[in-house]
Amino acid sequence: MTLSRRNLLAGAAGSAALATTVARADDPAITELPDWSVYLGDGVDAAPYGVPSEYEADAIRRDVPWLTADPVSSVNFTPLHKLEGIITPNGLCFERHHSGVAQIDPTEHRLMINGLVDKPLVFTMEDIRRFPRENRIYFLECAANTGMEWRGAQLNGCQFTHGMVHCVQYTGVPLRYLLEEAGVRTNAKWIMPEGADASAMTRSIPLEKALDDCMVAFAMNGEALRPEQGYPLRIVVPGWEGNMWVKWLRRIEVGDEPWHHREETSKYTDLLESGKARRFTWEMDVKSVITNPSPQAPITHGKGHTVLSGIAWSGRGTVERVDVSIDGGRNWTTARIDGPSHTKALHRFYHEFDWDGSPLLLQSRAIDSEGWVQPTKDALRAMRGTESIYHNNSIQTWHVRKGGEVENVEVG
Amino acid sequence: MSKWAEPGVAALVIIALATPAFAEGYGLGRPATDAEIAAWDIDIRPDGQGLPEGQGTPLEGEEIYAGQCAVCHGDFGEGVDRWPILVGGFDTLTEDRPVKTIGSYWPFASTVWDYVHRAMPFGEAQSLSDDEVYAIVAYLLYMNDIIEDEEAVLSRETFADVEMPNADGFIPDDRPDMATLQQGEPCMRDCTDAPLKVIMRARVLDVTPEGE
Repeated sequence: MTLSRRNLLAGAAGSAALATTVARADDPAITELPDWSVYLGDGVDAAPYGVPSEYEADAIRRDVPWLTADPVSSVNFTPLHKLEGIITPNGLCFERHHSGVAQIDPTEHRLMINGLVDKPLVFTMEDIRRFPRENRIYFLECAANTGMEWRGAQLNGCQFTHGMVHCVQYTGVPLRYLLEEAGVRTNAKWIMPEGADASAMTRSIPLEKALDDCMVAFAMNGEALRPEQGYPLRIVVPGWEGNMWVKWLRRIEVGDEPWHHREETSKYTDLLESGKARRFTWEMDVKSVITNPSPQAPITHGKGHTVLSGIAWSGRGTVERVDVSIDGGRNWTTARIDGPSHTKALHRFYHEFDWDGSPLLLQSRAIDSEGWVQPTKDALRAMRGTESIYHNNSIQTWHVRKGGEVENVEVG
Repeated sequence: MSKWAEPGVAALVIIALATPAFAEGYGLGRPATDAEIAAWDIDIRPDGQGLPEGQGTPLEGEEIYAGQCAVCHGDFGEGVDRWPILVGGFDTLTEDRPVKTIGSYWPFASTVWDYVHRAMPFGEAQSLSDDEVYAIVAYLLYMNDIIEDEEAVLSRETFADVEMPNADGFIPDDRPDMATLQQGEPCMRDCTDAPLKVIMRARVLDVTPEGE
């Protein structure tokens, strides 16, 4: 399937024809025996590690080649429009790395803790698995998610506008245990995780956050971390921007000052209209997006009962409420949140309505447990200008046309 | 540890050791050796902590840059294709299309040393000697008019003299800067005077990749 307008229109027309001419004929899907009802399928030895149905080949990560100079230092996007619930499958979690995916032999991986500690320590992966473990569900959002939309509607698909987010269950060890093992000195105020890949990624994290809810994780969604997510070990920094969740974690230094490294000065600082830039902008603000319908997931069933679905999240707590508008933000209805509500995790919301077939301007507006309300694009731009790149949590608008085709637009 | 010398509290300590997260720890991991720490502890801070012995000049750096850096960053730091621009962009931070370079944006020269050493050249990280890194950093600062003398020696001793033009260009995070329920419930009915219209569409730009 392609995303072109021509194909989407053809698809919509085909659905209409089915509804009017074929619907009363006997359905060959029922009256004729398909092969799978007659012949034997694969045995249990055919797929030692299972993969999705071949009919789900469209549920894949995609990249935007013009965004970056080289795919080795680039990003791809989670296909949010193909997903349900709050958990992202491991193979569909977006990737962002700076020097490619390191392929690390876990028996040769070490984690060092040094700096302002009583005892600089080295841990093997086996050592780390001997600490008490915890399981926690958290979203991870790149600070640049929706960053291409500051100046206006640009990319046509929630995969591209909002797909630098995923949410999985992490299994790991509270970072606090490791730091206590090394003995943090009283003058320590910061930690600096560092990756073992060829970019040796570093970020400065306040010690208070490290001792609060950070983890070192070795598993996601019940299995070992995927290589592109930091196998064998990554740091989990709940609610804070994804760049800080250093993958292939090999070292944590403890210090009394931040390091002001490249990824917290040249990058991941937010330039305002004044010419000054905010730095250390760690928390991800409350945000939501409608994933269905959306440009890659048009309405193909025609008018009638319609299920609108989306995701919402906040780095400051849980999502308390999501409002949905079908008229561009003029009138709002509170959506139904279904499924678990974990702090700093994705939430799934639904709004079911009877579509009369007329054009729609769909929006969603999330409110988190701290009371923060997701802002409009105009409100955010009025405060920050258009050059922040990062932390664009504004309300997204999808334009649904009569035929069910959907486009990324701005309204005014 | 003095508490071990107190016979009266020994029993309490033993009980506490069996409790998770007790401050005495789990006895896991082993001490890192000095050589191991030296091998991995490569980070540099703005106050100069971590800078090694060594030195380099812009003139020396020019030749290394031409061989190691220019293929991506351009002969004059102008950036090839979409690789980062390293030079210029002064006084553009309030303009419509700001150009954020080492000269126009980076607040600390130590960041350049740290990053070049840990991650460059792209695909051959940590292959440059300390002298080569000093020389490349000196040349980058020279191209940005931050060091004026092409024979100026950049070293651990002279590093603190470097003044970055945008050192005062950063402010702390003052978010959240958006509406809160404490200011009142968001509007639910008739929130605009007239029905809203589409004023911008993604399809006009046509930059979305075609899906397969």
